[in-house]
Amino acid sequence: MTLKLGVLAIQGDVAENVSSLKNSITELNQDAIVNIVKTPEEIAELDGLIIPGGESTTIGQLSLVNGSLKEIKQKVESGMPVLGICAGMVLLANNARDKVMGKTEQPLFDFLDIDLERNSFGRQRESFEANISMDSIGISNYNGVFIRAPTITTASDDIEILAKFNEKIVAIKKGNIIGTSFHPELTEDLAIHKYFVNLVKETTN
Amino acid sequence: MLPLSGERKDAKGIISDKINSIDILRGSSTVKRGFAHMLKNGVVMDVTTVEQAQIAEEAGAVSVMVLDKLPSEVRKAGGVARTASIRIIEEIMDSVTIPVMAKCRIGHVNEALVLQETDVDMIDESEVLTPADELRHIWKWDFTTPVVNGARSLAEALRRIEEGASMIRTKGEPGTGNVAEAIKHIKKVNDELRTIKSIYDSGDNQDLVRMAREFKVSYDIVEQTAKLGRLPVVNFAAGGIATPADAAYLMSLGCDGIFVGSGIFNSDDAKERARAIVIATTFWNESDKVKEAQKMIDERQSMIGLDINTLELRMQDRGGSA
Repeated sequence: MTLKLGVLAIQGDVAENVSSLKNSITELNQDAIVNIVKTPEEIAELDGLIIPGGESTTIGQLSLVNGSLKEIKQKVESGMPVLGICAGMVLLANNARDKVMGKTEQPLFDFLDIDLERNSFGRQRESFEANISMDSIGISNYNGVFIRAPTITTASDDIEILAKFNEKIVAIKKGNIIGTSFHPELTEDLAIHKYFVNLVKETTN
Repeated sequence: MLPLSGERKDAKGIISDKINSIDILRGSSTVKRGFAHMLKNGVVMDVTTVEQAQIAEEAGAVSVMVLDKLPSEVRKAGGVARTASIRIIEEIMDSVTIPVMAKCRIGHVNEALVLQETDVDMIDESEVLTPADELRHIWKWDFTTPVVNGARSLAEALRRIEEGASMIRTKGEPGTGNVAEAIKHIKKVNDELRTIKSIYDSGDNQDLVRMAREFKVSYDIVEQTAKLGRLPVVNFAAGGIATPADAAYLMSLGCDGIFVGSGIFNSDDAKERARAIVIATTFWNESDKVKEAQKMIDERQSMIGLDINTLELRMQDRGGSA
């Protein structure tokens, strides 16, 4: 069966995720197609979705404009795997606050019961690369690229913590939902995208 | 994927540091160019006050650019245009969650250092301000904060990237409300990219080195760019964008996003126009949505445009030959 993978193309680094997914399915020898998706109709067709990095306020607001926010919510609640990266992870939360500004009024998907802090390490000058391990899913020595990254300060008990950096939660999983603070699409290492493709495959079978 | 490397070993902007004894790396090309990647398909809006910055954020802007005066006002005021008041930049940084950029004068290293210390998210070495050095731009490899530069041609763009620019904006003519120059320059860059790509595909290395000499850049960057068939960093359009249709047209020409200067906050319907330009940028290839966006604005409220041929000051020429 051909897996239908999509990258939400409202705003952000869409092309990089498309490229990482395409390289992953080639290496895994997985029968799959990768599309950029924007409309509710395109999202309805998918078996798995990546919400890329970008600005969470922009992606959230514009997903409301054309109804794609509602469609994503329905699909993910009915079990479609989703990978939210940086801004994408912010959108997965039920609650976001900014490190400086405090609580933000912005559209969110409400999938995860977490306290999320935007711009958690500070502004762009504080952005960094560092080594990350996600031992529970067999990924170690991973170069995490953190760009004005969010972190999770507290997570409910049903959420699996995949990685921490300096005591802050930077990668999580709850069933079909994965979130990372850092940007796997900005590195050559395909480990996380491959893990996601396999998750979609298991869920779809 | 665009190349995120391009390191120079002597780049002072790359800092090895530790957070609680964990090794980290700041200011690498991946981190600096990666920041620009997060802005893609978005709109960066020029603002001069906290109120304007908040309107921009609510409208869905991906970032705001802080200036002392909007480009059209710089044009009217004359005199020397410098970087904005640090106090106002800091107030805006404390009032929005999206990234905040600010402009410094071309070649003015210490104005840029001041902005880096202020912790703005990106520095724009901009021709809208009065150049401090007509012969030299800033050596941007020495900055941890990413820098964006303007360019009117592929040669200018590659010269700026060799100096360490993490992002390019193809220049229009700022503060005119006239999109013609922005269109001209993105088309020129696209034409030149097609030319070097076809030379690369033909395997004619001698002709590629001829292009490098003409562009006054290294062979390596010409080869890398020719192979990619596009600029190796994120490229936005800028200068004279005033309506949703302007933004959609530039997106259709292959720009990664849009800078809007005077077009929004010099109009009489700034709030609606900001929103409309964001919608048209996101949904540029859906003509019904661009039409709806265009309908949100009133042409009678648009800024009065200027004819490029009658301008006394052509900001786009500044720093262009260097």
